[in-house]
Amino acid sequence: MTTATIPAPAPTELHRKVKKTPRSQAVRTVKYALLILFLLVVLIPAYVLVVSSFKSFGEALSPNRWSLPSSLSTDGWSAAWTELSPALGRTLLIAIPGAVISSMLGAMNGFVLSRWRFPGANVIFTLMLFGMFIPYQAVMVPLLEFLPMTGLGRGVPQLLAVHVVYGIPICTLIFRNYYQTTVPMELIEAGRVDGAGLLRTFRSLILPLSLPGFVVTMIWEFTSIWNDYLFAVFLSSKDNGPVILGLANLAGSQIVPYNEVMAGALIVTAPTLLVYIVLGRWFVGGLMAGAVKS
Amino acid sequence: MRSLRTWGPGLLLVSPSILLIGFFVYGLIGWSVNISTTNSNSRFERVAGAAQDAHIGFSNYSTLFGSPDFILSLKHLGILAAVYIVGSMFFGMLWALLLEKGVRAEGLFRSVYLFPMAVSMFASGVVWNWLLNSDTGKTATGLNQLFDMVGLGFLKSHWWVSSPTWGIAAIAMPAIWQLSGYIMALFLAGFRGIPGDLREAARIDGASEFQLYRHVLFPQLSPIALSALIILGHMSLKMFDIIMAISGEKNVYTSVPMVTMWTLTGQQDFARAAAVAIILLVLVALLVVPYLVHNSRQEKNA
Repeated sequence: MTTATIPAPAPTELHRKVKKTPRSQAVRTVKYALLILFLLVVLIPAYVLVVSSFKSFGEALSPNRWSLPSSLSTDGWSAAWTELSPALGRTLLIAIPGAVISSMLGAMNGFVLSRWRFPGANVIFTLMLFGMFIPYQAVMVPLLEFLPMTGLGRGVPQLLAVHVVYGIPICTLIFRNYYQTTVPMELIEAGRVDGAGLLRTFRSLILPLSLPGFVVTMIWEFTSIWNDYLFAVFLSSKDNGPVILGLANLAGSQIVPYNEVMAGALIVTAPTLLVYIVLGRWFVGGLMAGAVKS
Repeated sequence: MRSLRTWGPGLLLVSPSILLIGFFVYGLIGWSVNISTTNSNSRFERVAGAAQDAHIGFSNYSTLFGSPDFILSLKHLGILAAVYIVGSMFFGMLWALLLEKGVRAEGLFRSVYLFPMAVSMFASGVVWNWLLNSDTGKTATGLNQLFDMVGLGFLKSHWWVSSPTWGIAAIAMPAIWQLSGYIMALFLAGFRGIPGDLREAARIDGASEFQLYRHVLFPQLSPIALSALIILGHMSLKMFDIIMAISGEKNVYTSVPMVTMWTLTGQQDFARAAAVAIILLVLVALLVVPYLVHNSRQEKNA
């Protein structure tokens, strides 16, 4: 179920005839009331963000921040855009190649570890997986010392390298589960009988089947790199790092009006939110794979 | 037994990743341990001291465990993790239960409950910083103001500044907001993975709905519950972004080891920063390693 989204309820549940007693009606009403209540509660922060971001600088001073803006103003948006836009390109330069390279490495590893195994493959896989759970702080101090020795520039190059490496475990996991469930061993064996070696099998048999796996890992990696704050704050600064540090700078300042801060938070959130809205079902696939078991 | 010629190329293809993970995970952890046992405590000390980076055993660790601030931050971490795990499990499970039999507009509810997961923790922390404004008086803003507006004034709270020990629990709110949808998705997939026949059989046997869940469905979900606990557990131990966004780094009310580690790094106390990180790594490993070993064993038996 690596790339699968959440299945529909069993048909027996959907079409089960339940007698319409007053009690079952009441249960139904309570259920929907709760669902809607939770829906509203979950949306509170989104409401605050959107409403505040469209207030004018003047209105941002008024004490009631829950009210709708009296007139739509883009003051906050344009101010935040001026602050944040230079970093957006840098963030893309980290997130897109990072997602692509980790996914490629993950596909190769996942293929070998599930369908072209070598002795000790399971141990290697478990050792790799551990890398996805560690608190990255445990490698941060040495990274601060080691990365400058590599000759990689501060900011984008260093962050890209770090995200590629620490993205390997989850991408390997996703592809390993994916190949285990979608590529039958017989296919590999048949290729072997025909004399196909490892690379040819991977290129002509496996890669053409791998698109769903790539969609899941790329979305996962893009989202986590885009949203990363930890590596960004340790390894880069506002002027050479990703956009999240620009937001941190806005939010940390006492003089920036909150309509600008909220607009800034929306600008930073927009790309990943867009990915979620457009490709939601694949996003869920990555989340499920994050739970380790296939 | 397949020959080296068969599996050799496979090993070769994986070897770049093995080397990278070997160095960047295990090598650097070793390096961190090494730094944590030195006296690399500040740039100034190093310039002044004759013995640079001398190994001093585990005294950085004993200093940390002897410091009331660090002990408080560990307490904070425990409280935060407990509230976070219980809260996310509760809402995730509840939402999955509400949705699992299929409701109208299920897609809408699911997408909205899950959307916070796609948002950067830091960006949501920026909003929650305002929502958790501690003012409860006439000038209250954030959630407190909302509570006043809808007649729930008794819910008003000073949030994370309400108590130097327990206030940290308020920081779990944004984290619960962010993760509950994920837990819901896991459980929902779990419920949907249970064959419909199983329910039918139980109903034919005369099981009530409550008995059906208690004795038939929930036991099927225990592997998922375990995964969910591990995910929440390791995420709660590593929480950093949200705290930095809501209360900032030098806040005693919300000190946790990960934030302390950032502060120590800023002070160039690399040895103690590494020590804090290694302590956290050990906590995470205690949680995750048995789980990974268990999973790998199970797979072998399957």
